[in-house]
Amino acid sequence: MKIIVCVKQVPDAKDVRLDPETNTLAREGVESIMNPYDQHALEAAVALKEERGGEVIVLTMGPPQAEDVLRQALACGADRAVLVSDRSFAGADTWATSYTLAKAVEQCAPFDLIICGKQAIDGDTAQVGPGLAMRLGIPYATCIQKIRSATDDELVVERMMDDGHDLLSVGFPALLTVVKDINQPRVPSLKGKMKAKKAQITVLTAADIKADPANIGLGGSPTQVVKVFPPEPRGQRAILSGSVDEQVEQLVTRLAPYLV
Amino acid sequence: GGRAVQQDLASFSGVWVFAEFTRGRLAPVATELLGVGRRLADARGVQLAAVLLGHMTGDSAATLIGHGADLVYRVDNPALELFSDEIYEKIVSELIRQHKPEIVLAGATAIGRSFIPGVATSVDAGLTADCTGLAIREEDGVLLQTRPAFGGNIMATIVCPDTRPQMATVRPKVMKEVPFAADRSGEIIDIMPKPHQLTSRIKVLESVTEARGMVNIQESDILVSGGRGLENEQGFELLGRLAEALGAKVSASRAVVDAGWIPYPHQVGQTGKTVAPKLYIACGISGAIQHVAGMQSSETIVAINRDGDAPIFDVADFGVVGDLYEVIPKLIAAIERRRGS
Ligand SMILES: Cc1cc2nc3c(=O)[nH]c(=O)nc-3n(C[C@H](O)[C@H](O)[C@@H](O)COP(=O)(O)OP(=O)(O)OC[C@H]3O[C@@H](n4cnc5c(N)ncnc54)[C@H](O)[C@@H]3O)c2cc1C
Ligand SMILES: Cc1cc2nc3c(=O)[nH]c(=O)nc-3n(C[C@H](O)[C@H](O)[C@H](O)COP(=O)(O)OP(=O)(O)OC[C@H]3O[C@@H](n4cnc5c(N)ncnc54)[C@H](O)[C@@H]3O)c2cc1C
Repeated sequence: MKIIVCVKQVPDAKDVRLDPETNTLAREGVESIMNPYDQHALEAAVALKEERGGEVIVLTMGPPQAEDVLRQALACGADRAVLVSDRSFAGADTWATSYTLAKAVEQCAPFDLIICGKQAIDGDTAQVGPGLAMRLGIPYATCIQKIRSATDDELVVERMMDDGHDLLSVGFPALLTVVKDINQPRVPSLKGKMKAKKAQITVLTAADIKADPANIGLGGSPTQVVKVFPPEPRGQRAILSGSVDEQVEQLVTRLAPYLV
Repeated sequence: GGRAVQQDLASFSGVWVFAEFTRGRLAPVATELLGVGRRLADARGVQLAAVLLGHMTGDSAATLIGHGADLVYRVDNPALELFSDEIYEKIVSELIRQHKPEIVLAGATAIGRSFIPGVATSVDAGLTADCTGLAIREEDGVLLQTRPAFGGNIMATIVCPDTRPQMATVRPKVMKEVPFAADRSGEIIDIMPKPHQLTSRIKVLESVTEARGMVNIQESDILVSGGRGLENEQGFELLGRLAEALGAKVSASRAVVDAGWIPYPHQVGQTGKTVAPKLYIACGISGAIQHVAGMQSSETIVAINRDGDAPIFDVADFGVVGDLYEVIPKLIAAIERRRGS
């Protein structure tokens, strides 16, 4: 089974703030990590490979330092890594990102399966996976919480729904996005880390993947961010006063509108 | 942008709302979307249409008209009994290509967030995720789409000036519906899907509603939410009793989901669900930014925590400092007294 895993390097969520003066993201001193959902995507792929044989390729679009997450993926069991990197990709929205990733995937074809995270914790859109599948003309299913069984031509998986789950039969090729319930990502072994350190990473530019310049980066993106601003603050530390009994009494009075 | 696909923007007109219909009923977000859709359509001076896909949709089309739709495109077919990304995508994309709406809105639900990105790619449109605010920009009639990103740490306003339709998914519970009016009139257009639109390469073998009191916490008006302060799994029994007294559902922080005390669909937060109930009661939850991201749009927030410095109090409208094992039983008793009188 040949599986491609798409991973994104993201800023560590707990460090992200807006600079109150400029209303731009304060990136200084912010650590970068592999998007948490993508760690589960990678684990799912490596586990499938260990069960059925085959190869796992990790793919990221990002600046040169995104190499870090690729090495991390190699340490956790990926066989090959591809970095799609070009200054002209900067500012891509999900439309342009899925276009670029699709062109890069074509360089790795044929493949059986693509696995993505459900969403990236910075952009938070959950749109790149479905967009990528559509561009490649393959079917997709999102929010997979369990792989029940795998053969060489079919997976039976559970898709999380708002009020339960659906059981799906997925043939190849196809694209899945996964939630964190699907598995527990492994910690890289020392041997894995050594291997990853020495591994050769393939770097592809816009020209290498034959991307149409009109479809990439900021210029190729239909959506434009016109403004970023901090969320409205809410609450005013209105801690009720008195003994627990008194606090409870006040609370129930305040909650009267909801007690109908 | 200088994109390869250029469109004649003026040929697109009208506001569309995807009316999610599952397990025999309209999702509440469908009428919420009609509320905001009506406002946008009036600001643009265009029609508001709903797109209804499902099987045995009964009088749902009339419900949509009563809540503000001028027009309902109804596709009622046995093949739409269960949700399928591919089938839904093919039908909705084709309708958009035919009728060219300028705006298309869908709920940011499991279903909407899954197949709408496929539709947007298919019709070559930009898509803004998870919007909490929508307005028309006066100068040029462009849709201003506001959404949280970075786990709720920042808000961004996004436009799609050069492509149509302008597409967005919208968070449940954020928009207000227009009250139902039986005397509103509108047109229902029945669409016959083509056979090739009703096939999918991915087969749904079974659709399961979770047994264990599983609910969609996003649809609940009141949530009682538990965190590590519950100390053990049995703590959820106490929360369950509070929930029962309030007619609420139970949700949770990630810490207790990770501990296996309650299943993941109950998780609120950046990597769980985003909820905006009328009342959110956080019990033994510290208020980490990733948790707050998922509940800060709630109308009223109550926090019960024994640590008066817990960050959860920064977002709470009412805070009770105390041991939840003392506070909650007293709260249940007080609620029952009030109900009884
Ligand atoms: C504040 C803000 C708001 C934004 N809002 C929107 C919006 O509403 N609509 C829009 O189209 N764009 C938006 N963008 C742009 C968008 O966030 C990213 O730039 C886009 O590249 C990826 O989208 P995402 O982070 O939401 O990823 P998701 O779609 O959430 O990512 C899902 C999965 O796709 C894969 N993936 C994503 N990116 C990459 C990558 N670079 N390399 C490899 N795999 C990847 C991963 O497996 C990931 O788990 C916004 C950007 C900002 C800063
Ligand atoms: C990438 C990422 C994504 C994340 N996503 C999420 C997410 O989606 N949702 C989420 O919730 N978290 C998420 N987290 C985790 C988050 O950072 C916190 O670790 C988590 O929310 C803490 O859960 P908690 O408040 O239940 O536990 P704790 O932080 O341990 O808080 C327990 C609280 O209970 C109080 N307490 C203890 N005993 C009692 C008692 N007897 N009576 C009253 N109060 C008591 C304590 O004072 C404390 O404030 C994420 C983290 C990361 C890094």
